[in-house]
Amino acid sequence: MKNTIGVLAVQGAFAEHIKALQKLNCHCIEIRKPSDLTDHSLDGLVLPGGESTVIGKLLRELALFEPLKDRIEAGLPVLGTCAGLILLAGQIAEDDTIHFGTMNMVARRNAYGRQLGSFQTAAEFDGCGTIPMVFIRAPYIESVGASVDILARVDHHIVAARQGNMVVTSFHPELTADLTVHQYFLSLVQHKAKTCIA
Amino acid sequence: MDVTTAEQARIAQEAGACAVMALERIPANIRSAGGVSRMSDPKMIKSIQAAVSIPVMAKVRIGHFAEAQILEAIEIDYIDESEVLSPADDTYHIDKTSFSVPFVCGAKDLGEALRRISEGASMIRTKGEPGTGDVVQAVRHMRLINQQIRMIQNTREDELFQVAKDLQVPYELVQLVNETGKLPVVNFAAGGIATPADAALMMQLGAEGVFVGSGIFKSGNPAKRAQAIVKAVTNYNDAKLLAELSEDLGEAMVGINEQEIELLMAQRGI
Repeated sequence: MKNTIGVLAVQGAFAEHIKALQKLNCHCIEIRKPSDLTDHSLDGLVLPGGESTVIGKLLRELALFEPLKDRIEAGLPVLGTCAGLILLAGQIAEDDTIHFGTMNMVARRNAYGRQLGSFQTAAEFDGCGTIPMVFIRAPYIESVGASVDILARVDHHIVAARQGNMVVTSFHPELTADLTVHQYFLSLVQHKAKTCIA
Repeated sequence: MDVTTAEQARIAQEAGACAVMALERIPANIRSAGGVSRMSDPKMIKSIQAAVSIPVMAKVRIGHFAEAQILEAIEIDYIDESEVLSPADDTYHIDKTSFSVPFVCGAKDLGEALRRISEGASMIRTKGEPGTGDVVQAVRHMRLINQQIRMIQNTREDELFQVAKDLQVPYELVQLVNETGKLPVVNFAAGGIATPADAALMMQLGAEGVFVGSGIFKSGNPAKRAQAIVKAVTNYNDAKLLAELSEDLGEAMVGINEQEIELLMAQRGI
């Protein structure tokens, strides 16, 4: 059966996530207003990259914040990439803002500097082999607390992690043809053991 | 959103803008001031960079690669090679492949869009007619670009060579449009957008985002209008929400019709 994945579509790289998930045979729902959540039963949620200030603000003004937070806290599998990582972080370095704050970690916004600090690289992702990683005005994770597993590091900085139902990456897996991260996320959705694409 | 001061930049960020364009004068004022308009003072741009955490863009004159080098040196996030400023070169655009900073360029048809992409542009926007508050040209450009894309999609493969010749663009890009049915880069709407309804119109016509220039800070209540336009872009298909957003926004920018203006900025840089 197809998995139904909600992709937050208020701003940012939602179209690319939908394309990647469709390649993995998912049914995707663009989440723009509360009725998008009540009209469909979601198996998973993607919080895409974009501008976290913008997305955080729109979440609240479009009355999506509470219903999404409730679902994440209730255990809905969620993949947060780039700005999505910031939304889930329990603490943001040098910034009092907290959005969902459901993940036990400290994240740093724009940790690599401005647009000129953006880069591509490849690194190991949790035993799945080396995958391409695109960093755009990206954050990284400064530290993680109890029950958070580190999934990837680049230059000693944590760039991917998991805590229970939540997976985050500071890079943009949806901007490359590699589907490893989405596949990893779907294995959570399907309550299966972790799977890697050969 | 176009901003001219750090304070305006903060208002734009607070309203939900996902980037700001740092300018000394917004297009409507460039239009009324006349004379040669150039890249903004780097000091002013830096003050805006310091004021907000969202990306900051700035404009350079068409063909003025030295202005672009200067903006890259102050770590601008994106450069707009823009017809709003006075062109510095009436033949050549900037070779954007030689820069690390991504460029956005204006286009009024598919030929212009694909030429800018072949020069290295990472984003395209409609030219529209900046500083007018009149959306008619942005609509015309967006419709034309998308019509031409649909025509190429339905063209036989052996006829694509001629299409490339007619459009004066590289064959490989025509082939890509034929295969994918879209531009190989993101396409924004810009030029004359003044209301939430204008923004929704452009999104429904196929824009992937909206630039709002003079429309915000030339209006009666910039903060409220900016917020409304942001939400209209997100929920461009939700007429009920658009109705709420359009209520009580104060005065829109007065605007001028395309027939009333002497200088058509969209004619610059083809």
